[in-house]
Amino acid sequence: MEILIAASIGFLTMAGVYLVLRRHSYPMIVGTAFLSYAVNLFLFAMGRLTLDRPPLVDPAAPGYTDPLPQALVLTAIVISFGMTALIVVLALRGFLETGSDRLDGGPPHEPEAPGADRAGGPA
Amino acid sequence: MRALIVAPIVLPALTAALLVLALRHRLDAQRIVSTVSTGLLVVVAALLYATARSGPPLSYDLGDWPAPFGITLVLDRLSATLVLVTALLGAAVLAYALAGWDRRGRHFHPLFQFQLMGLAGAFLTGDVFNLFVFFEVMLIASYGLLLHGGGARRLNAGLRYVAVNLVGSTLFLFAVGLIYAVTGTLNMADLAAKVATVPAADAALLRTGALLLLVVFALKAALVPLHWWLPGSYGAAPGPVAALFMVMTKVGAYAILRLSTLVFGPQAGAFSDLAAPWLMPVALASLALGAVGVLASRSLVALAGFSVVWSMGSLTAAFGMLDAGGIAAGLYYLIHSTLSGAALFLVADLVGRARGSYADQLVPAPALPRLGSLAVLFFVAAIAVTGLPPLSGFLGKLLVLAATGTAPAAPWIWAMLLATSLVVIVGFARAGSTLFWKTVPGPAPQVGPPTPIGVPIAVCAALVAATALLAAFAGPVTNELAATTRQVLDTEAYRSAVRPMRTTLQGDTGAVDPGAQP
Repeated sequence: MEILIAASIGFLTMAGVYLVLRRHSYPMIVGTAFLSYAVNLFLFAMGRLTLDRPPLVDPAAPGYTDPLPQALVLTAIVISFGMTALIVVLALRGFLETGSDRLDGGPPHEPEAPGADRAGGPA
Repeated sequence: MRALIVAPIVLPALTAALLVLALRHRLDAQRIVSTVSTGLLVVVAALLYATARSGPPLSYDLGDWPAPFGITLVLDRLSATLVLVTALLGAAVLAYALAGWDRRGRHFHPLFQFQLMGLAGAFLTGDVFNLFVFFEVMLIASYGLLLHGGGARRLNAGLRYVAVNLVGSTLFLFAVGLIYAVTGTLNMADLAAKVATVPAADAALLRTGALLLLVVFALKAALVPLHWWLPGSYGAAPGPVAALFMVMTKVGAYAILRLSTLVFGPQAGAFSDLAAPWLMPVALASLALGAVGVLASRSLVALAGFSVVWSMGSLTAAFGMLDAGGIAAGLYYLIHSTLSGAALFLVADLVGRARGSYADQLVPAPALPRLGSLAVLFFVAAIAVTGLPPLSGFLGKLLVLAATGTAPAAPWIWAMLLATSLVVIVGFARAGSTLFWKTVPGPAPQVGPPTPIGVPIAVCAALVAATALLAAFAGPVTNELAATTRQVLDTEAYRSAVRPMRTTLQGDTGAVDPGAQP
C-alpha cells in the first residue's frame, strides 16, 4: 500500500507541476487542482497508513488512527475548492475581457506550430 | 483582559460579515461601520501593545481547548507591535480609500476587513496550521482587493497572483504535513520543545519540511528568486490596496523570524539555525535585483514595487543575523519600510491620476498645474524610502549596517547595502525629475474629473510624517524594539505562556502505530 500511495502522490504532483508551468490558463488551473489532490493525499499519509482502526483512543481497540490529518485535509479541501472556483471565474473573466487565455501576455490567437508546446519557451 | 487577544480577529470578521450581509448596497453605511471598526481595531491594538509590554507573553486557547490540542493565540511584544502597525496602516489606507477608491467596485469594505482579520490572525496565532489558514484568509481577501475596480490588466495580474499563491499554499501544506509527520504537533511552542527530540532517522524529513516552509515564507516576503510576482501584482493593484499589501510581505518576514527563533533556534539541537545559511545570500540577491529593477522601471508603481523587493533585502539581511542586534534593527526597518512604502504607493496612485493619459509612466508629459504638492510629497517619500537623512530610512539603514558589522560576510553586506542604496537613489532621482521636472510641449493631457484630493494628500503626508516621527523618537522606539527582541529570543517565556500539555511521540499513545500496518 505504501508504494501505491507514494506513487499516486508522486504522479499527481508530477502532472500538477507540468500543467502549472503551461502557457494557457486552463491547463494551469487543472494543474493546481492536481497539486491540491496530491497534497491532500500526502497529508493523509502523514498520519501514517492505518487500516480499520477508530480515530479515538479506545481501550477495547488494538490501536487507533490519527484523527488530526483528517481534520487538516478537510480544511485544505475546503480552501482549495474555494480557490479553484475563484481562479476559474478569474480566468474566464480574463478570457472574456481580453480574448486571450495566455498567461504570459502573448498574442491571443497565435497559430500553434506543431511541437511548439513541447519546446515550452515563451513565444 | 486575556480575551482581548482574540479581538483583532473577531472584530474585523464580524464587521465584514455585517457589511456584506446587512449593508450590501449602502455604501454610506458601509463607510461608517468600516471606519468605526478600524478605529476600534487601532484602540484594541494599542491596548494589546500596552498589555504585551507590561509583562510576559500571554496565550489564549480558542474554545478553551488546552494546547497543543486546540488552537492557541499568543500575544507577545512582537505580535503586538505588528498588529499595531497593521491597524495604524489599515486606518490610514481606509481614510485614503474613502476619498473615492471604494466606490469603483463592489465590496471594498468587507474585503478590506477580511484582509485586516487575516493579517492580525497571522501575527497572533501560535499554531503552524492556523498560520496557514490565516494566510489563506489574508490571500483570499487580497485577491478580491487586487481585482477591485476591474479592468483587463488587473484581471491578468490577478490571475497570475492567485496562481503563484495557490502553488505557495500547496507547498505550505506539504511542509506542514512533513513537520506533523515527524513531530506529531503543529503548535509552535510544542514544536519548539519537540524538534530537539526528533530521532536522527527522521532528521531529513524535518529539515525538508522546515526549508519548504522557508521557501513559502520567502515567496510571501518576495525574496529573490521568489520575488517576480510582486512588481506586477502590486503595480496592477489599486493604490490603497498596494499600500495595505506592504504589510503582507512583512507577514512572510515575520513568519521567518518567528519560526527560526522559536522553533529552529539555538535550543533545537541538530536543527538550530536551519534557515541561517540561506537568508544572507537571498538578502543580498534581493538587494541587488531590487536596485536594478528600480533603475530599470518604466512606471512609478513598478519602481515602488522593486523598491519593496530591495527593502525586503535589507530587512532580511538584518533578520538573517538572528541575534539581538540584527532582529532589533530589522524590526525598526520593518516599521519604517511599511510606512514609507505605503506612502510611496499612495503618492504613485495620486501622480498617476493627476497625469491623465500619461498615468504613472516615467516619460515627460506636458506641464500640468496640479503636480506641485505631489512633487513635494514624492520627494519626501523618496527620501524616506531610499534612506537619506533625516527620515527614518537613514536611521534604519544605519541600524542594519551596525547590526551586520559583526557577520563574517560583513564586507559583502555593507558593500551591497551601500552600493544598492546609491543605485536606488539614482533611480528615484531620475524618476522624480522625469515626472515633475521635464516637460514636453503639447496640449495638456486629458485629466479625469477633478476628485477631492485634500484627504488623500493628507494621508500621504501623515504617513511621511510618521516616518519623521519614527526618526525623531528613534531612541525610545529602538529601546522598545530591543526589549521586544529580548522577548523574541527568550523562547522559554513563550513556551511557558502556552504551556503545551505533555504528549509522547512513540508507543501506543502516539501517532505511530506499527502494529496497525497491514
